[in-house]
Order: sequence, then C-alpha cells, then structure tokens
Amino acid sequence: MIWGIAAFVIWAGAWGLNVRLSHSALVQSRAGRLVVPAIFGVTVLLVWECTVRGLQVPGVILPPPSAIGARIAQEGPTLWADFRQTFLKGALRGYAIGCTAAFLTAIAIDRSPFLQRGLLPVGNFVAALPIVGIAPILVMWFGFDWQSKAAVVVVMVFFPVLVNTVAGLKATEAMQRDLMATYSASYWQTLLKLRLPAALPFVFNGLKIATTLALIGAIVAEFFGSPIVGMGFRITAEVGRLGLDMVWAEIAVAALAGSAFYGLVALIETRMTFWHPSQRR
Amino acid sequence: MKAVLPIAVVLAVITALWYVAAIWLNAPWIYDQAVRAEAEPPTFIQLVPLTMDQDRPVLPTPHQVAAELVKSTFGMSVTSKKSLVYHGWITISATLLGFVMGTGFGILLAVGIIHNRAMDLSVMPWAIASQTIPILAIAPMIIVVMNSMGVQGLVPKAIISAFLSFFPVLVGMVKGLRSPDRMQLDLLATYGASDAQALWKLRVPSSMPYLFASLKVGIAASLVGAIVGELPTGAVAGLGARLLSGSYYGQTVQIWAALFAAAIVAAGLVAIVSWAERRTLKRMGMAR
Repeated sequence: MIWGIAAFVIWAGAWGLNVRLSHSALVQSRAGRLVVPAIFGVTVLLVWECTVRGLQVPGVILPPPSAIGARIAQEGPTLWADFRQTFLKGALRGYAIGCTAAFLTAIAIDRSPFLQRGLLPVGNFVAALPIVGIAPILVMWFGFDWQSKAAVVVVMVFFPVLVNTVAGLKATEAMQRDLMATYSASYWQTLLKLRLPAALPFVFNGLKIATTLALIGAIVAEFFGSPIVGMGFRITAEVGRLGLDMVWAEIAVAALAGSAFYGLVALIETRMTFWHPSQRR
Repeated sequence: MKAVLPIAVVLAVITALWYVAAIWLNAPWIYDQAVRAEAEPPTFIQLVPLTMDQDRPVLPTPHQVAAELVKSTFGMSVTSKKSLVYHGWITISATLLGFVMGTGFGILLAVGIIHNRAMDLSVMPWAIASQTIPILAIAPMIIVVMNSMGVQGLVPKAIISAFLSFFPVLVGMVKGLRSPDRMQLDLLATYGASDAQALWKLRVPSSMPYLFASLKVGIAASLVGAIVGELPTGAVAGLGARLLSGSYYGQTVQIWAALFAAAIVAAGLVAIVSWAERRTLKRMGMAR
C-alpha cells in the first residue's frame, strides 16, 4: 500500500513539475530541453520500482529496475563479452562491409540509367521485406560464429544505404552540373567535388537507418544458432532459465549501444554536412 | 511502363546468378558422394543436372523454391500443417492485430502530444530515442512472460508487432497533425472552433499523407515482429516457425519457400495500404 501511494505521489509530483517547467522560460534553453525528458525517464523508473514492490510482482514476470542495475554491476564481464561478440564482431563488421558495398554499388550503377531504373524498384521492394528471415540460411552457410551474424547484417543494411545513396547522387541541380561542365570537369571530378558532397545528407540518412538494422540483425541471427556468448544467445538462454533481470540487463546494454552508435553516426553527419540547411541553428 | 524492361533484365540477371551460385555451392556434395562411392568425379556437364534437384541442397535452385511454394500453397488442404496458407494466415492475423493495436495507440498518443506541451517535451525525445533501440531483442522475453501469465497464441506476437509499428505511426502522426500552418489554425480560432473541432476538421484531414506514409512502414515492421515473435515459442506455427523448423532439420527448400511466402505477404500488405492511400487521397483531393 505504501509503495502504491509512493508511486502515485512521485508520478503526480513529477508530472506537476514537468507541466510547470514546460510553461516556464527555462524550456527555451538547451538545459531545459534536456531536463524535462530526464525527469520523465527517472519518474518511469521510480514508478516501475514502486509498482513492482507494491504489487509484489514476481521477478520472473517483471524485475524492478534496482535488481536490473545490480545485475549489470555484478555481471559486467559477461555483458562485456556478449557485447564484444555481438556488437564489435558481428554488427560493426557487417555494418562496415554492407555500407561500403552498397556505396560502391551505387557509384557503379550511377553511370547507367538503365541499371538504375531496374535496380531501384527491386531495391525499394527488398528494403520493405522481412530480411531477418534469411538469418537461418546464412547461419547454415557461415557457421555459428560471428561471420554468419556479420553476413546477415551486410544483407540487412545493403539496400537502405544503396537506395539512399542513389537518390543522393541525383540531388544536384542542372545549374550546378552545368557549372562543373563549363569548368570542363571530368566525370570523376564532378563526382568527387560536387555530387558526392551533395549526396552526403542522403547517404547519412541511409547510414543512420542502418545502425538500428545492424544491431537487430546481429541479435536476431543469434536466435538461430550461436556460440555460447553473444547478446541474442544470452537473451534466449536466460529467458529459458527465467533469469529476467539478466535479460533486461542485456536489453539495457543493447539500447545503450544502439543509441550510442546512432549518436556517433549523427555526430559525424553534423561534422560533414555542416553546410546543409537542416544543420543550421 | 518504361521501367518494365530494366526491372525484367535485372530480375533475369539475379535468377541467372542464382543458378550459377547453386551449381557452385551444391557441387561439393556431388564430389563428396563420388569420392565415397570411389567413382570417377563427374565432369562439369554431368555435374550441372545433379545440382539442380537435390533433396537438401546448400542453395536450392529457383525452380525448386517455386515448386515448393506452389505445392505447399495450392497442393495442400488449407488446414494441413504443411500448408503455407495455414502458416501464412497465422502470421498475418498476428500482424494485423498488432498493426491495429500499434496504430491506434500511436495515433492516440500523437493526439495527446500535440495538445499537451508537457507530454510533448517529456515523451517525444524518448519516442525518438527508442527508434535507435533494437526492440526485437525483447521479443523472446515478451513471449515467455506472457506465457507464464497464461496468455498464449496470437496476443503475445501481436504485442511485439504493435510495439514495432507504434513508433513510426507516432512520429509520423505528430508531424502530420502539426502540418497545418499558423494561418489555417488562426482562421479556425477566429471561427471560435474548439480544440476538438480543430482536430477533426483541420488537423486530421491534413495529416492523412503522413499517416499513410507511416502506415506503410508500420505494417512492414509489424510483419517482421510477428515472424520474429514466432521464433522463441519453439516452432509451433506461422511463417517464422517454418523458418526455424527448416533450419533445425536442414530443410533448405522449406526455408526458402517460407522466406518467399513472407516476402509475398509483405508486398501484399504494403500494396493494400498503398491502394487505400491512393483511394483516400484522391477522394480528399490530395492526390499528387
């Protein structure tokens, strides 16, 4: 009962605070824009903790955040090993290979409108398909270790990056290309100095979509078979043992890794496309 | 129609590459058999037909997949456990239920967000951040936890689907409901329209293009959710279960057939949404 009241009081208090904050002048500043969602996030965690304790929800259904935090602190080495196997070995390598391959393919088909007209609808179609389904096939071909996970990631990130890069290479205007022509620039000069920089916002859009796909691909591929280390393996294994606090710990790590990866790509984007209107403040 | 020829050429090239890859990948097994039988290794001409119709090929050829697809779609009674219609329907029903739940919840939350500033500031950053989280990773947990609470079958899978389709709809609808410009909102204010009237008569109609764009993303994500949701239950029924049981028993033809069935279902669902989009936007005079 105490816990229920505490949950309600925390919720109401934080909500009132947020309502006041969001109508005050503080919100105009950068700090205010961070404070409000931060209060909301902390409130959700506190209410979760109080509700689980108050209703005495068994840990096999929903562990409280404190138990998950304790598990993260306790199982640090295991979590790090899983992270290294799934993210650093599987997802990152697949991401690098897939994005490079897609980028080079886009440049290769750039000179042929015929290939573009043929490949783009197919690429768009494939991008909407449930590609994770090829995971069992690739696990069969490349074995249980990280190679098969990287292969799944390559296939998953390839088409979004390809479609976006091809769209980006079309983003220059006739005037700009005419200017390059009056400079008597060659195809490669035009490509390097005008069209690739102009394509960057589109390329980064594809790269950002691909970050999430890479992590999903690497984790789901482990559901079909993996060595005894890896985030997907740990999740299925611990679910089987009803060690839900460990599952949540893995999910927290996955969420952090996913957000950090996305943030990193977004940071590189702001550095490289500082001239684009969407980056102006 | 100008695009038909290039697409046909690209598809033909892909099919040709597929056959070449099938010969290359299936050949080692033939050589292996020849060595075991202590026979002469076959020449290339003898080899090619042998790679076309193996029982458990490393890479099934396109005609094997097509034959399996036709056989398990039309050649079985619909209630048979080998019928792809049976498995496809299970996946589609979970997809649709999850899609409806996710879309409904996403729209409701979007309406709340545009009307309440505190909600906008607190929820929106988390909704955007959640796009970067591999949500599919929690699929096994949802299934098992719901199972231990006594909920089985359709609903747990639908919840995963709803989770995946909810975020695109939320983000798209917040953008869409905010798309009317200041002038239009001011006009409604001079008419003395209430918030609800402004919502129904201005915001909802002008959000339609955004809604349909996110519905297309959402339904594709829903299908992925339903398929992945079928994995941890240990291959009971559905397209995901077909994938998993195929991978357990080395039935590669079955995996590929299930994969293509999933692709056809995805294409069909997206096509239905696009059709609804064209009809609606045309009736509303928004067709491009």
